[in-house]
Amino acid sequence: MAYSEKVMDHFANPRNVGEIEDADGIGEVGNSRCGDIMKMYIKVDGDTITDCKFKTFGCGAAIATSSMATEMVKGKSIDNALQLTNKAVMEALDGLPPVKVHCSVLAEEAIKAALSDYYERKGIDPKLIIGAPSTSDDEREDPTCN
Amino acid sequence: MRKIYADNAATTALDPRVLEQMMPYLTTVYGNPSSLYRIGAQAKDAVETAREKIASLIGAKSASEIYFTSGGSESDNWAIKGVARAMKKRGKTHIITSKFEHHAVLHTVHALKKEGFTVTMLDVYENGLVRPEDVAEAIREDTAIVSVMYANNEIGTIQPIAEIGAICRQRGVIFHTDAVQAMGNTPIDVEQQQIDLLSMTAHKLHGPKGVGALYIRKGIRPSILIDGGAQERGMRAGTENVAGIVGFAAALELAIDGMQQRIDHVVPLRNRLIDGLLQIERSRLNGDRDARLPGNVNMCFEGIEGESLLLRLDMNGVSASSGSACTSGSLDPSHVLLAIGLPHEVAHGSMRLSFSDDISDEDIDYLLELVPNIVTYLRNMSPLWETIKKNERNG
Repeated sequence: MAYSEKVMDHFANPRNVGEIEDADGIGEVGNSRCGDIMKMYIKVDGDTITDCKFKTFGCGAAIATSSMATEMVKGKSIDNALQLTNKAVMEALDGLPPVKVHCSVLAEEAIKAALSDYYERKGIDPKLIIGAPSTSDDEREDPTCN
Repeated sequence: MRKIYADNAATTALDPRVLEQMMPYLTTVYGNPSSLYRIGAQAKDAVETAREKIASLIGAKSASEIYFTSGGSESDNWAIKGVARAMKKRGKTHIITSKFEHHAVLHTVHALKKEGFTVTMLDVYENGLVRPEDVAEAIREDTAIVSVMYANNEIGTIQPIAEIGAICRQRGVIFHTDAVQAMGNTPIDVEQQQIDLLSMTAHKLHGPKGVGALYIRKGIRPSILIDGGAQERGMRAGTENVAGIVGFAAALELAIDGMQQRIDHVVPLRNRLIDGLLQIERSRLNGDRDARLPGNVNMCFEGIEGESLLLRLDMNGVSASSGSACTSGSLDPSHVLLAIGLPHEVAHGSMRLSFSDDISDEDIDYLLELVPNIVTYLRNMSPLWETIKKNERNG
């Protein structure tokens, strides 16, 4: 199993690590039993995600996908962030080993969880806007960790 | 940057003195040991000299008890499948092994389950040691074989092999041990320790990869695993890996000759590292501290994940390993760490360092600075660590 140079770059120098004190939305996904937890913070101004930070417990791929996902939504519109898929995160990292695909799924889910929290805080039912995750059940299923 | 190879439990560098002894058999003496002409006979002589050397180094009565194989996995497969299938004809269909064996044993036993064998998996407790009394209790009328590893590959714990051997001998049960990690690190004597089958490999003791052996006590006839030609007295087919076999014998001799010196050098350095790293809050040493391979350090650091730790070690010149899910390609943490009772989330944060003779005081200084820095860095970005600290504050 080998990581791409981009994965190693985002692992070695992760972008946007940390917390946002006065975040407008916070999402946390994963669990410690499976060895991955991602926590995303977003700051929103109008329709724009002006800042996005993360904290991650997990493997190299978990940290790299978190870092890449924050880069892909920061400074972009909410609509744009809602369309973020795990595949796009993977492609931006020049791919992931098959056993690490679930990390990109978590990264997508973490962004969506932060957006959900943002809508909930505004009194809007997030399900209507965010809907179901983009990935199929097959990809989401954890092969061994339960 | 300092370079430290700290993964000798995975494999070791080939000793140049070993390579030197192997070279003739890779170049001029390339004959097939089964051939009658001169370079064939020379190759045959080399194989038989190696066999005698290995037999004497492990305390076997006769060189005819040593059978060369491709390495540890084949030896484990052959020992357990061979004995189990042979014993099945006598109505013995029960196997005893431990929960933290190498996969070469665990998956072999699993395959035998499908052939109708029943299996007792022994506990290894928090210290990572099998209790001989548990073996005694588990033995039944229909027990075909007991297989307990000599030393664990992840946490380095050395099992009470002589006690288990004595129990098995007394109860008339065949006893196999996988000694791949133990050889050259702790004294092994198959007669004294009453071992019936012993799996060995060359590449963990500065020998070449792809060669090993199985010691089979005279009188035990496991069924054959590799069918074909009449090599290894008709028990294991395939043209002998002559250079590998010569290298194996040379490496084992060097390892055993230098064992006490290595222990005296490595153990104090290892202990200094363990003591230093235990200063890190919420860290733990996995496995018994004393009944432990000289070069093994296996620790967990709560709140971080092992693969991230070892990637950062690699970025800083240190080759280490992790019982972590991620390295093995499965998402579950190490079965060894789960077997000693660690919760999943703690087992995910493991690191294994395994040293050889070449480790120095300066290397330990470097690790004592590097590892705590990486742990702190990763904890600072870990939401799990945040939760652990929050729970601490809330009592």
